[in-house]
Amino acid sequence: MHTAASLPTQRDPAWAGRVFWALAGLALLWPMLVLTEFKPWVLLEPGALKPALNFVGAFFPPRTDAEFLWLLARETWRTVAMATAGLTLALLLAVPLALLSVRVLSLSALTGAMAPVPAGLRQLVRWTLMLLRSVPELVWALVFVRVVGLGPTSGVLAIALTYGGMLGKVYADILESGDTHASASLMRNGAGRLQAFFYALLPQTAAELTSYTVYRWECAIRSSAVLGFVGAGGLGQLMDSSMKMFNGAEVASILLVFMALVWLADRMSAALRKVLA
Amino acid sequence: MQSPLPHSSNVPTAAQAANDTYKLPPKLFDARCNACWLVLGVVLLVIASFATLSLQWAQFWSWDALQRMARFVAELLHPRFDLAFVTKVAMASLETLAMSALGTLLAVVLGLALALPASKTHAQDPARWRGPARLLLNALRSTPELVWAALLLIAAGLGPFAGTLALGLHTSGVLGRLFAESIENATPGPAFALRVRGVSAARVFAYATLPQVLPQLLSYSLYRWENNIRAAAVLGVVGAGGLGQMLAFHMGLFQMAETSTVLLAMLVLVALVDALSYAVRKVLSR
Repeated sequence: MHTAASLPTQRDPAWAGRVFWALAGLALLWPMLVLTEFKPWVLLEPGALKPALNFVGAFFPPRTDAEFLWLLARETWRTVAMATAGLTLALLLAVPLALLSVRVLSLSALTGAMAPVPAGLRQLVRWTLMLLRSVPELVWALVFVRVVGLGPTSGVLAIALTYGGMLGKVYADILESGDTHASASLMRNGAGRLQAFFYALLPQTAAELTSYTVYRWECAIRSSAVLGFVGAGGLGQLMDSSMKMFNGAEVASILLVFMALVWLADRMSAALRKVLA
Repeated sequence: MQSPLPHSSNVPTAAQAANDTYKLPPKLFDARCNACWLVLGVVLLVIASFATLSLQWAQFWSWDALQRMARFVAELLHPRFDLAFVTKVAMASLETLAMSALGTLLAVVLGLALALPASKTHAQDPARWRGPARLLLNALRSTPELVWAALLLIAAGLGPFAGTLALGLHTSGVLGRLFAESIENATPGPAFALRVRGVSAARVFAYATLPQVLPQLLSYSLYRWENNIRAAAVLGVVGAGGLGQMLAFHMGLFQMAETSTVLLAMLVLVALVDALSYAVRKVLSR
């Protein structure tokens, strides 16, 4: 019989490293647990457990009377409409900015380095796009709710700004990643920048651009459903008010509709992108 | 009889090509053209959206609203930078980071625990729990972090703990599905070699499947962590701790100087994460 102890060659050669990294991980984990007030036993205290169980217990059966279903259908449509309108405005913002920032469509860059003024302008547009997309849509919505008041307008504007920044950046990246030979030849032979875009860049990248836009529409539906939590209308607002009243039955119906909506958007976008590919 | 469509697969001969129909541009709308129907549908959807939303553009572009907006921006331009407040914001940023890291860690553990029953590793694997496990993963995934946070506030109370759990639950749905997919796609050879010798399922996974998929699991987890830092920054607006909670608090009290500092911290955090992930990707792909 061989035991592990009688065969020193079988001892794990990397044990020192393993022990060190395990200890280092624990040492890192401790301050994180303190910072996040990670106390799972809080969940089991009777003061917290009872209302939570009551709330979850009220989930079944979900509320399905005609009046509430009608309200739910209206808010669901409003969520989809907010995403669609927001994305349309985002496109109006993203397309011009993307065209302005694409280096491939520079006339001066055809002969050596780009002239300083257009190079500066392109950098400026890039920074604008970065600023637009680095503020999360929820924060934009909070700001606009302050300015225009509660309602879908702030949600549409929030989606328009954040998604405008994202779409503009990705459009520019897609346009630049294509084959630049055709557009360069057109511009060398006297075509304008817009002509070069429509006849050389767009045909190559149209499918990819559309498929990315469809994907972003799916994301916009998900975020417009959430934007309601700060007062921007749609399913989120409905859920927020039901939750504040501890109405488990309503929350359960909204959650179900919400999951169905996300699932449907996911399926639709996957099918559309498959057709486009 | 040739097809009237210009994209027909029959190549027209020279005589046919001289026919006028081949010189005309295609009709703008054709009942058989899928793209036309798609464009029509999208246009109708957009019109219906704008028509039914009752957007208050007049109110938004009114002199009053523009003035309010200008005042708002002007107030935002004076952030508060004294030491006490900056320390508070730095602590909130750390809290956000810790929430995202711990949430991702929880998600990795829970995601892997759910990915194992959710994957069918070989042809003889009965995988009885595959359907239910996938259903659970989908349910976890399709509820956004913010909704989880709002639901968990009832049980866990205000504070970062609810946010951490919310991030963990949503991310475990995302990661679990990705993990299950990479486990199913691992090369079956090594696992088969162990299984035919009667090695138990747990050891087959630990010694054959896991070493293969570990790099992929790690890169998925890091990617989700990056996403979660951004999500954790805003999660607080429903009261779940971190920078978001500070933002909602100060904005609710109209303390614009403080709001401005918190917003700046959020932007810096997101920009740092972006730069770091860009640098890491560049180093790794070299």
